[in-house]
Amino acid sequence: MNRTSSDLECTHFWGPQGRNNVKSKSLKWFTLVLALSAIMMLGACKKKAAPPPPPPPPAPPSPTASLSVDPTSIDKGQSATLSWQTTNATDVSIDGIGAVQPNGSQQVSPADSTTYHLTAKGAGGTQEATARLTVNAPPPPPPPAASASDEQLFSQNVKDVYFDYDKSDLRSDQQSSIQADMLFLNQHPNVNFTIEGHCDERGSTEYNLALGDQRASSVKNALTAGGINASRIKTISYGKEKPFCTESNEACWQQNRRGHFVYQK
Amino acid sequence: MLLSHKYRNTILSYAGRICFKQMDSSARPISQHCFRFRQSAARLIAALCLLLPALQAQDWVKTGTNMGVEKARLAVPDFKASSTDPQNSALQKTFNDTLWNDLDNSGVVELVSKSFYPLQVPGDPSEVTFPAWNAPPPNAAMMAFGNLGATGGNLTVKGWLFDVKNTASPQVLGKQYSDKATDEAARQIAHKFADEIIYRLGGGIAGIAESKIFFVSDRSGHKEIWVMDYDGSNQQQLTHLGSISLSPRPSPDGSRVAFSSLTKSGWEIMMYSLDLNRMVSFPRYNGTNLSPSWSPDGTKLAFSSSRGGESEIYLADASGGAPHRLTSKGPDVSPNWNRKTSAQIAYVSGSTGLPQVYTMEADGTNQQRMTDQGYAVSPSWSPNGQFLTLAWVRKYGPGEPGSRDIYLMDIASKQWVQLTHDGGRNDSPSWSPDGRHIVFQSSRSGSEQIWMMLADGTKTRQLTFTGHNSQPNWSWK
Repeated sequence: MNRTSSDLECTHFWGPQGRNNVKSKSLKWFTLVLALSAIMMLGACKKKAAPPPPPPPPAPPSPTASLSVDPTSIDKGQSATLSWQTTNATDVSIDGIGAVQPNGSQQVSPADSTTYHLTAKGAGGTQEATARLTVNAPPPPPPPAASASDEQLFSQNVKDVYFDYDKSDLRSDQQSSIQADMLFLNQHPNVNFTIEGHCDERGSTEYNLALGDQRASSVKNALTAGGINASRIKTISYGKEKPFCTESNEACWQQNRRGHFVYQK
Repeated sequence: MLLSHKYRNTILSYAGRICFKQMDSSARPISQHCFRFRQSAARLIAALCLLLPALQAQDWVKTGTNMGVEKARLAVPDFKASSTDPQNSALQKTFNDTLWNDLDNSGVVELVSKSFYPLQVPGDPSEVTFPAWNAPPPNAAMMAFGNLGATGGNLTVKGWLFDVKNTASPQVLGKQYSDKATDEAARQIAHKFADEIIYRLGGGIAGIAESKIFFVSDRSGHKEIWVMDYDGSNQQQLTHLGSISLSPRPSPDGSRVAFSSLTKSGWEIMMYSLDLNRMVSFPRYNGTNLSPSWSPDGTKLAFSSSRGGESEIYLADASGGAPHRLTSKGPDVSPNWNRKTSAQIAYVSGSTGLPQVYTMEADGTNQQRMTDQGYAVSPSWSPNGQFLTLAWVRKYGPGEPGSRDIYLMDIASKQWVQLTHDGGRNDSPSWSPDGRHIVFQSSRSGSEQIWMMLADGTKTRQLTFTGHNSQPNWSWK
């Protein structure tokens, strides 16, 4: 931006003089002067701090202004940073904030989406800039528990079934889990699900996959015996491939010997 | 039981070799089946027995196949350079290291230590000075030597095997190989030459230096099927399924690998073509389908399937057609064919509780339980048809610290010997094509890795080091 405005200033200063020369002098002169003026123009453009050329004196430079906001979008209650830069301005103000320094930044936290408007006045004129900050409405409050999704209810109510080592028959202490599962699944006849059979790390990979398959089937059979439609149930064995717990002790192994329920979307 | 207390006293009263006649007759095709143990080992065991009776359960005596047989003393001086190519030194190192390791791993020769070699070693027959080799200190019976060199991007290797005690007519073997001058070619030529030597010094049984081992590795982030040379070099990933792939089994002709993989419809048998280097189609059976096993003629696949409810052993065509059930009370997994007769299948059954190893005829009749207790899995039938190797926890259960080790069982007598004693969980033993080696997985180094050993439990060697590696399965040749 600065570079563009400097070029424009140079053209403005030296253009008229060059044209006068063309009218009164020969083509040779024209070329020479054009070359000289070009050299001087280059010099003027490169060295902004160079003293102004001889009269006529320059018109006061027109001000420049930019305004930005980061981020451009926030949630309600969050804040954003408003930043601005101006040049050649003596009087800078932002609507809703008031007079500010020529360059600066400020935290803003509007309640609604806002378009900030900056006005920079100087001897060379007035420049304006705008920036838009969008404020998103807050997310709706969580729905009351009564309308929890089937998936949430599934994970809250359906209990995994645990097994003894190298066994796939249902332990008597797991019957309460099976009853709870059956109650929920009968009340939610549209819920489909997968039973994963898992095993502890001991034993062979291949045998554990077969054992995990038996465990998943064992849970499935208990559910279908209790009136759950078999078409709702998928079974899969993970053997010892996806343990829940990776330590080598009985507490951990018990965690891994299970029929695990997974909600099927 | 070979290691019963009754036998131990007998064993300890001998020094040197003990041969078990009962196993001898059945084991003869491999070699005489003998016990051999060193005096020092015997004294150590005796001391343990006297001082610490409680430790008796952990005593063991080294045993296995090929023990007690005199092995030829073979000298293998480094092959000399036959040209001045700058590539030579690297190729020489690869070739010499590979040849030495192959011969050392073979179990059929005793390599003469290089420190006994004379200063001048031969690069071709004219340079052989017999007295320097056939008398002590080298006292070699045989010598493998030769030269190699790169010329214009091609590698030429000339190798000889000499019977250095037979100075009149020493040459047993003379071979010349040519290939591109690459590290891999030098390695493969060394494997080929080693197999020629092993074939001649190992009773006419082909060597395994050119064989492959298929295995499961998770080093890519998923359990995929991999393959490597038998010595652990040249490890390559075959499948890229991004799921869980297990139990690779190469076909007898080496054209395909059957395995089991978790798909959207569950565990299915999958097929990878080694000719096409890609997956090829195989029928989906539904249920949990595991552990395929090729019949030795390559026309049938046995596998475990729960398509009918419980996991049972099924038999199908090699293309997957006409699957039918062989067993009826499971869970049954891990079928493995008798590689000699093609008529029997060993498998694992949990029908009586903890899994045990069984055998049956390939039509499902004559089911025989082979293991008497504990947790016995992963049977693999030896190429000569007379042994099973398996993974066994003899005392298994909560509170039982029993370790899972590799065992060798004589099928006719059900006598067994323990092959691994070095801790960790050991599983998935698989025989080499020559019946002299067993590859297996072990956690003894801290993570699941693949190891190999001679079939007597000696010369244990780790083959994989990256990621977790398991379920090795040796190619058929």
